[in-house]
Amino acid sequence: MSRRFEADFGRGERRRLIWNAAMTGVFSVAGWVAILFIFLIFVFTFKETLPIFTDPEVREEANLYKFFFERQDGPTLAEQFIWQPTSEQPKMSLIPIILGTLKATFVGLLFACPIGVAAALFSSEFAPARLREVIKPVIELLAGIPSVVMGFFALIVLATWLQSAFGFTYRLNAWNAGLALGIALVPIIYTISEDGLTAVPRAFREASYALGASRFQTAWSVVMPAAAPAIFASFVLAFGRAIGETMILLMAGGNAAITSFNLNDPLRTLSATIAAELGEVVNGSAHYSALFFMGTLLFVITFVSNTAGLWVIRRMQIRMQGEKA
Amino acid sequence: MPSPATAALRGARRGADRIAVTLLALSVILIVGILVVIVGNIAWHGVRTVTWEFISQPPRQGLTAGGIFPAIVGTAALVILMTIAAVPLGVATAIYLHEYTPAEGLSLAWRRFKKSKGLPGRRRLFTRFLSALLATITRSAVANLAGIPSIVFGLFGLGFFIQFIGRSIDRATLPPVELLWGQGSLLWAALTLALLTLPTVIVATEEALRTVPHDLREASLALGATRWETIRRIVLPGSISGILTGAILGISRGAGEVAPILFTGAAYYLPYLPERVTDQFMHLGYHVLILSTQSPDVEATKPLLYGTVFVLLMLTFLLNLTGVIIRSRTRARLRA
Amino acid sequence: MRATSTFTRVLFAGTLTLALACGQRTEQSAGGESRRTKPLTIKGSDTMVILGQRLSEEYMKKNPGEVVQVTGGGSGTGIAALINGTVDLAQSSRAMTDEEKSKAQQNRGAAIVETPVALDALSVFVNEANPVKEMTIPQVADIYMGKVRNWRQVGGPNAPIVLYGRENSSGTYDYFREHVLKKADFSPSVQTLQGTAAVINAVAKDRNGIGYGGIAYAKDVRAVGIKKDAASKAIYPAEATVADGSYPLSRKLFFYYPANAPERVTTFVQWSLAPEAQAFVSEVGYFPLR
Repeated sequence: MSRRFEADFGRGERRRLIWNAAMTGVFSVAGWVAILFIFLIFVFTFKETLPIFTDPEVREEANLYKFFFERQDGPTLAEQFIWQPTSEQPKMSLIPIILGTLKATFVGLLFACPIGVAAALFSSEFAPARLREVIKPVIELLAGIPSVVMGFFALIVLATWLQSAFGFTYRLNAWNAGLALGIALVPIIYTISEDGLTAVPRAFREASYALGASRFQTAWSVVMPAAAPAIFASFVLAFGRAIGETMILLMAGGNAAITSFNLNDPLRTLSATIAAELGEVVNGSAHYSALFFMGTLLFVITFVSNTAGLWVIRRMQIRMQGEKA
Repeated sequence: MPSPATAALRGARRGADRIAVTLLALSVILIVGILVVIVGNIAWHGVRTVTWEFISQPPRQGLTAGGIFPAIVGTAALVILMTIAAVPLGVATAIYLHEYTPAEGLSLAWRRFKKSKGLPGRRRLFTRFLSALLATITRSAVANLAGIPSIVFGLFGLGFFIQFIGRSIDRATLPPVELLWGQGSLLWAALTLALLTLPTVIVATEEALRTVPHDLREASLALGATRWETIRRIVLPGSISGILTGAILGISRGAGEVAPILFTGAAYYLPYLPERVTDQFMHLGYHVLILSTQSPDVEATKPLLYGTVFVLLMLTFLLNLTGVIIRSRTRARLRA
Repeated sequence: MRATSTFTRVLFAGTLTLALACGQRTEQSAGGESRRTKPLTIKGSDTMVILGQRLSEEYMKKNPGEVVQVTGGGSGTGIAALINGTVDLAQSSRAMTDEEKSKAQQNRGAAIVETPVALDALSVFVNEANPVKEMTIPQVADIYMGKVRNWRQVGGPNAPIVLYGRENSSGTYDYFREHVLKKADFSPSVQTLQGTAAVINAVAKDRNGIGYGGIAYAKDVRAVGIKKDAASKAIYPAEATVADGSYPLSRKLFFYYPANAPERVTTFVQWSLAPEAQAFVSEVGYFPLR
């Protein structure tokens, strides 16, 4: 202990100050944890991908060219881009799987975006306060349904209903998986859009009423455009969630890695492929690295889209509430 | 006096408005309807299976008969370990973000620093800027952590906790080919899930800390308390219910996630209950996945499947509802 | 009162440390102190998982104190776990390749012992309402390669053929690919399901469905007779036709384990080959070794 420290402070005080310094240290370290783990997650997911770039034996089977550009012989797209990692000549095209991910996301957003925004608009502009207090918990309950339960419901119940209603050839297809996914996305879109809509200053609405607009006209032409950044951000965040969703698509998508734009066909997504095939790979094999590559791809895509969405929200918060938000 | 044309237009607009608003209301009705249908279907088919035997017996005859007791125990053990790991760490991070970093945003801190050229206190403003920068990056990291797909957490759990840390421990303590820490277990699955729920806890705690009025902190400091003492005696007690909410919401989220535990410790069937942190475990959500996709006899296991889903759903709903109720009570108390 | 928070944190940390310490200590204790024996872990073929579970249940009944734990996931999963060192015994409905055997030997430090434990008839299933009763192997291959897409091309109604199959981790998948498709690739539109029971269930519910899997899982579906070529007679999967080898798609079901495996493994395997255990093989729906 420095002499000045001992001279200036009595023993009891010293102890309090030491505790304070110690806890400040603890909290400062804790503050780094989130950054540390994001970094670690990226490093360790990417680390298992490295053999694709460095190991010649692995590179022969799995490399970037094969993932994105390799075409087999065949007349249709479905025969040209194939994912069959355990074949005699392993075929490692990611195209069918990426396409499957995009198809499911598309259907999910197609369902969730209009419904989520409409519900948010109703909730913030037209519903009496009492009703709003009921709608919000209902949405939270919907958000609280675990995705494995959603996947179960889509697999066992929804697929049968859809097949009897629309006569699909394939019971498990993009519509089934996408619809279940959309249901899971509605809470995200609702929550963020509703926050954005209620954050629009009252002055906007009052000015619009003063100019003679009706309630709906105000809501549709004044409030909603003002909350456009939030609504857009909600779409982006829902997109990120949809891309990474695993259970629903694993159970309800049909799991056929087929390069097809037809939404009536079954599909296979990046995360479902990882979940289904990681159990059977030998550590360090080309297939193993390919699966980790898919994981890294998912990480990067969701990281970019989430950062974009959150940046938009942050900008909106600052605009609405000033610099100290 | 409004002309007949204007009056007609206004009437038409009112009509159009009513249709539009009805459409909007329909979307809410649709959402509520979907929730009712899903929960109703599960409850209808599941409630008859859920008897006391179902909850207290292990599965028999290759998962086609018996109960789900080990899955309940496994889920509980996992969730408890996850909470022990996530809550202290999440609360500490939130305290750091709220109590130890400057309140102004990054751009404001930068502008203040730039404007202070030649003035005393410039170094301190620079430090504040760095602090604000770190806080912004940390908040961004927390938000991004929340957005990472759950399967990527599973990959991380496998690649970091099991292959890197676990195997290193094994190579250092055990004979060559044996594995104890280098395979799936309650510990690694819990840590993986803790990472997943960390953002939920951090955000909820920060919200709770924000509700403590700043004046109380300043009064405490003015009376000579150190920052830590202020936190310990003033801030934390005042925000404890918000922290509890965050913990409960985090738990409810973690109890339902399956993707992160696929490769970090969940097991298809174990004839014994997990006793140590190095044991594998059965899990309600994983059991639902298995019975849905890998069931040895689809018709026979369907009632058991519905029963398991019902139990899992009720569990997460209960936790969620508790968290929401505590949160709205706290908010109501504040508003009053 | 807030002193509790520090105290609680210390308590948590202490509990965690204690739990960790218990894990270490009991594993290292030299015998007498351990509360239960180390379990025999079996993993792999989904085809064999019902057999493995039945055998392990009976084994545990006969030897109380022994613990056997069986998981599915597909033959490929079991073999990978055997190579990675995370399982004692792998069940497989296909033979391990030489490459896999040498990798396993490298990692486990001993040669891999291959033990057939039962016989199976890999069957092709169609919906009970489907009039098609027999097919040649080339026909089945064309269907699964996507070359034949309509049931009327093989004598059925005018309807699209909906293909159901297994994950590429499955031994059944590999066996089918090798012996029916002659190593060609499956059509990408095969819907992959995680277990034979799921495949059978899908075919049972889909009039236009076709699936393949071990005969023991057959329920509410019909196994078609298999002809080696257009001129041969159609053989239906049954114990007799598997025993004399006339069913073209009969196969052995294997146990794999390293030669340096602990005694609990070898004792179990030897018991599985005994007549009393082979009786359970028939009960489950497969065929005992001759």
